[in-house]
Amino acid sequence: MDEDQWYDEAAGPLVRPYAITRGRIPGSDLALDLATQVMAIPSAQASVQEPFGLTPEHLAILQLCKRPFSVAELGVYVKIPIAVVKVLCGDLIERGEVIVRSPSQPEHAPDYELLQAVLDGLHKL
Amino acid sequence: MVSTNYDADTATAVIPTPVKIVVAGGFGAGKTTMVGSVSEISPLSTEELMTQASDGVDDVTGVERKMTTTVALDFGRITISPHTVLYLFGTPGQDRFWYMWDELAKGAIGTVVLVDTRRLDSSFATIDFFERRKIPFIVAVNCFDGADEYEEEEIRKALAIAPHVPVIFFDARQRESSKLALIKLVRFAMSKLPKPAGLVHSGDGRG
Repeated sequence: MDEDQWYDEAAGPLVRPYAITRGRIPGSDLALDLATQVMAIPSAQASVQEPFGLTPEHLAILQLCKRPFSVAELGVYVKIPIAVVKVLCGDLIERGEVIVRSPSQPEHAPDYELLQAVLDGLHKL
Repeated sequence: MVSTNYDADTATAVIPTPVKIVVAGGFGAGKTTMVGSVSEISPLSTEELMTQASDGVDDVTGVERKMTTTVALDFGRITISPHTVLYLFGTPGQDRFWYMWDELAKGAIGTVVLVDTRRLDSSFATIDFFERRKIPFIVAVNCFDGADEYEEEEIRKALAIAPHVPVIFFDARQRESSKLALIKLVRFAMSKLPKPAGLVHSGDGRG
């Protein structure tokens, strides 16, 4: 095979960030939003001592998520695109390293009580 | 495959529920200024990277050609309580990034549409976007120094804003002013929801 042509058009443009995810893009089955909160499970920290299969970016996310952070914030602090954050968080969920909480989705729009809580909070600012 | 449901149960006590408000408007309308004036963190900017058909949001035919593009996304954060955290997302200004607006708006409380009176025409498409998707929005006219003076009725007429949609005049640079815009939006979103039976008084009595 010609070394310069080892990929074809169907692969799309080669973009380095996706190398971190080994070419994977976010799955549609995983409802991670920009605002989804991600937090490391404290008991999972032990297993991270032997981070088999985890990239430095996975570990950076775990390190940050000792307190909850949004997917968007993780993108900024780990300096990787949002789409990559989503894939890596998906890995960490599968491994049981993190727990997540996403915003209400359209079929369950933020309910009255939640909006009331937001309203009260804004008044207190 | 991946369960997020089990997470919801274990997480109840420790992970706050995120809520979103979208701040939309044309280039230079003051989105980042508004986010910055109320956010507890300096507005952050991330690069969104999307593999996306390049032919626009409404094209659902199977476009095989993928295009990867990046777009800067500004956002801020307000901790409402230990249980709730509010994120403000500024929409990317350029039209070609409109496909991102759907993700931003999904599950959001609603949208503050910023209007710059010097560029009224740049607000048409934005208002149309949220109107068609039945996402609660208010129109906030950003009053820059020396900006043209308009009456509310003029703005409504010029932008064909439906009578029930709130229009406010505010200053995106002022924290208090931006806060009031958010409060207006949340109240408007609440007015569209059925009130829980147990609640006697609404949020209107507060503040």
